[in-house]
Amino acid sequence: MSPDLLKLIFGRLGFESLPLHEPIVVGTFAVVALGGAALLGALTYFRLWGYLWREWFTTVDHKRIGIMYMILGIVMLLRGFADALMMRGQQMLAFNGSEGYLNAHHYDQVFTAHGVIMIFFVAMPLVTGLMNYVVPLQIGARDVSFPFLNNFSFWMTVGGAVLVMASLFIGEFARTGWLAYPPLSNIGYSPDVGVDYYIWALQVAGVGTTLSGINLICTIVKLRCPGMTMMKMPVFTWTSLCTNVLIVASFPVLTVVLALLSLDRYVGTNFFTNDFGGSPMMYVNLIWIWGHPEVYILVLPAFGIFSEVTSTFSGKRLFGYTSMVYATVVITILSYLVWLHHFFTMGSGASVNSFFGITTMIISIPTGAKMFNWLFTMYRGRIRYELPMMWTVAFMLTFVIGGMTGVLLAVPPADFVLHNSLFLIAHFHNVIIGGVVFGAFAGINYWFPKAFGFKLDPFWGKMSFWFWVTGFYLAFMPLYVLGLMGVTRRLRVFDDPSLQIWFVIAAIGAVFIFIGILSMLMQFAVSLLKREQLKDVTGDPWDARTLEWATSSPPPDYNFAFTPVVHDNDAWWDMKRRGYQRPLTGFKPIHMPSSTSTGIILAGLATAMGFGLIWYMWWLAAVSFIAMLAVGIGHTFNYHRDFDIPAEDVIRTEDARTKLLAGAK
Amino acid sequence: MSRLKILALLPLAAALTGCDYVVLAPAGDIAAQQRDLVIISTVLMLLIVLPVMALTVLFAWRYRQSNTAAPYEPDWDHSTALELVIWSAPLLIIVCLGALTWMGTHLLDPYRTLGRIHADRAVDQSKAPLEVDVVALDWKWLFIYPDYGIASVNELAAPVDRPITFRITASSVMNSFYIPALAGQIYAMPGMETKLHAVVNHAGTYKGFSANYSGAGFSGMNFKFRGLDDKGFDDWIASAKSAGGSLGRAEYLQLEKPSQNEPVRRWGSVDADLYRLILNMCVETGKMCQSEMMAIDAKGGAGHQGLNNTLPLTYDKYARRGAPLGPAPTFVAGACTPDAPQGQTSASITAPLDMAPLTGAGLKRPSFTPLKSSSFFLGPRPKSDS
Repeated sequence: MSPDLLKLIFGRLGFESLPLHEPIVVGTFAVVALGGAALLGALTYFRLWGYLWREWFTTVDHKRIGIMYMILGIVMLLRGFADALMMRGQQMLAFNGSEGYLNAHHYDQVFTAHGVIMIFFVAMPLVTGLMNYVVPLQIGARDVSFPFLNNFSFWMTVGGAVLVMASLFIGEFARTGWLAYPPLSNIGYSPDVGVDYYIWALQVAGVGTTLSGINLICTIVKLRCPGMTMMKMPVFTWTSLCTNVLIVASFPVLTVVLALLSLDRYVGTNFFTNDFGGSPMMYVNLIWIWGHPEVYILVLPAFGIFSEVTSTFSGKRLFGYTSMVYATVVITILSYLVWLHHFFTMGSGASVNSFFGITTMIISIPTGAKMFNWLFTMYRGRIRYELPMMWTVAFMLTFVIGGMTGVLLAVPPADFVLHNSLFLIAHFHNVIIGGVVFGAFAGINYWFPKAFGFKLDPFWGKMSFWFWVTGFYLAFMPLYVLGLMGVTRRLRVFDDPSLQIWFVIAAIGAVFIFIGILSMLMQFAVSLLKREQLKDVTGDPWDARTLEWATSSPPPDYNFAFTPVVHDNDAWWDMKRRGYQRPLTGFKPIHMPSSTSTGIILAGLATAMGFGLIWYMWWLAAVSFIAMLAVGIGHTFNYHRDFDIPAEDVIRTEDARTKLLAGAK
Repeated sequence: MSRLKILALLPLAAALTGCDYVVLAPAGDIAAQQRDLVIISTVLMLLIVLPVMALTVLFAWRYRQSNTAAPYEPDWDHSTALELVIWSAPLLIIVCLGALTWMGTHLLDPYRTLGRIHADRAVDQSKAPLEVDVVALDWKWLFIYPDYGIASVNELAAPVDRPITFRITASSVMNSFYIPALAGQIYAMPGMETKLHAVVNHAGTYKGFSANYSGAGFSGMNFKFRGLDDKGFDDWIASAKSAGGSLGRAEYLQLEKPSQNEPVRRWGSVDADLYRLILNMCVETGKMCQSEMMAIDAKGGAGHQGLNNTLPLTYDKYARRGAPLGPAPTFVAGACTPDAPQGQTSASITAPLDMAPLTGAGLKRPSFTPLKSSSFFLGPRPKSDS
């Protein structure tokens, strides 16, 4: 074929785009390909495709979508953590003239991918998954406001993850750092596909995130059960509401700034170029106007989880519910007034720097109030040290250190000496691991019995807990020390041999965390095998306080046979105390949304369009875009959107539960 | 005061001998003041963080389920007095820290000229500050000493106790200019200038590097910063002078091409206008400088007619491959004046003398008279004569 025709069909893609010269990547590919083939083979052998397609991929049930988000987050955690191990290994070895084992081309992709994956495809899915699963149950709803949109949002997030994973084996990922600052990310200095993968992966996933934010806001505002006023909502629902407000208000900024960057890269505009009136500083401002709220998007739901867990396992009402809610709202608003603290060192004037430094410090006041509220919830309680509570105490001790170093970095003159140093790296891992990740693990251990009807195995859970916590301290305390020695981030080789010992300790810490992750996978496997022993038939294994524990575990498709009525903050606790009796008769048909395959098809097409744009296969981009429009319009003619669960089915389900409950007593 | 705190840290430092905590023990007055702020802020925050951590451990232990001796009040969930304390205690700390931040940020503003060279020594007004122009290149540092007419790559020297004024820019992508022993960092950005004022108090050789990732050669983008006594500095200048060589526009264009782990180089003479040309991204002869473009824009721009005149311009000389759907990259010709024909000299290129050729004959020049605010708000606007 003529080169022109090849170029028309394949764009920039050729055999030389495959990273065959990188033995590490080839090895990874071999393992992934074998594993993937084994998985696909097993699915085919056990004839699971139809089941998966009908019951999971096309489902609009918020519970199943929530579980799929969690699976996505955990799978991507393995990828993101593999990158972390590679970095720690490289930085441990590259001393005394050694170049380590990664060249710059590979290493620079590894740290970029690590940041992007951990934030967008690990932390976000874990947080979104928990909100998706728990919020409708906590407010006594049958599903989210827009069930189809929920399915579509999930698959768009998967589409973004697929593009990032594809970059590992087809072409390359960005070599710019996780926020892709121009001019480095502009076409002049990053002419290859890496930044395009970055842009389109985030654009595709960003659509999903924004839509899921809209969906959850509507759900919380409109679908609360009777009696649940705003100030009677569980704290996790409150933090979810604030998080989704932040998502809806900040993700469009990310979409726009990436769109401007792609215009620079594709059609030669000059928004962020060095000259022609372009301003890279504009990009830095815009990306952090999204980026700073993003950290609160992640950590607020974690705060909500800790509130639920502390109150449940202390056997006490949450101390200072009102001040907790106001603290959350204040953090939500303030998170928009602090973005400049990410670049004090770019030459803003002293007054501007002080303003943003002080607003940043002010955020620590409501955060501190929250910390005290958890503390006084424990005060005069009866604390049961189950796994969720262990994660919570670890969080409280770890997060204050991260908070303290954060406020330190908010003092501009201090930031001048610590900015971009390993001290900063230690700080944000301290708050993200100590806050978000510990929170997600507390949430997983807490709500797992709700989702599957059996508890997680405590032995492997404790293994995971101790390895994670000690691993965290081993891995990141040395980075604080290195930061005080003036060591900067993203370095590939070092010339000062006295630093090596600290990197060795950090690498050992990373191995500890790795064992922690393996223990967690082991915990899932062992729990699945021992599910009969760990079984919970009551639906309320922790003697908990909020509505999700009022229904069975796992909950029926319709969540609640009768919409509950709420009289108190701790609705379920209140119902239990007042001798609530489950209704046994009077069931009616329940109106529910139908499954649809439109979401997964649209997201697949969006991913194909992204791939086409990345590789300049214009025909693919055009065809998939038109197909997306066609499918989207076609879906408006789909009138099979809802159905009624017949009363007999409801009666059968509820009777089965009645029997189970009777058997348990 | 700060000395005492350093003493408190000594046992820790002693335990970890062989390590250079340069951020905590710098050699320059600015970095030392920044270090003091780090320590004071930390101590202030520990006032609240330590009690919280202690209370967490205490409550977690005391109210464990098996300790039935401890009181249990499942419905106790509010105390106005306690709420006041838990909101106001962090608030008080932040008020102190905020005041400290406001003062510290202004006093240690990198753009501010120095008022002292050491805690107890004022600036010697008889000595002019040392001026150094810093350019971050891919992937090395160029230092130009305009007062001495010399330049060096990856080596910076300054006399002890003499204030230094840095003007900082970059050739292609963002870097951050950081000598931990001397002063906090500031970004080096193409087409933009940042400033830093600092002073070194102790002679010695210190590390300097880029603190912002800038591409493949980033790890090797280090330089030596030498704090020298006056004689040592004079010797250093003299040796640079005797190194010979001249750094002009052509040599610079060679130098700015990406290269990694560059050795130290010196030039005995340097084009006096080079830094300005780099900053305005017009080292290539014939290319319009940003300052010229801005001067035209400040007068209302070249208007519609300018579109035809203004060819697409790019600074990305060696890597630019052009956007796939965009126009081919080319660059604007400098506006030449009769006494500075294109390509001959750049020293006198400023805004064009006559705007007429740029605005064209067909259109009126835009009015430069600012709108009168009173007429704008109060009265009808005067009739336009067009």
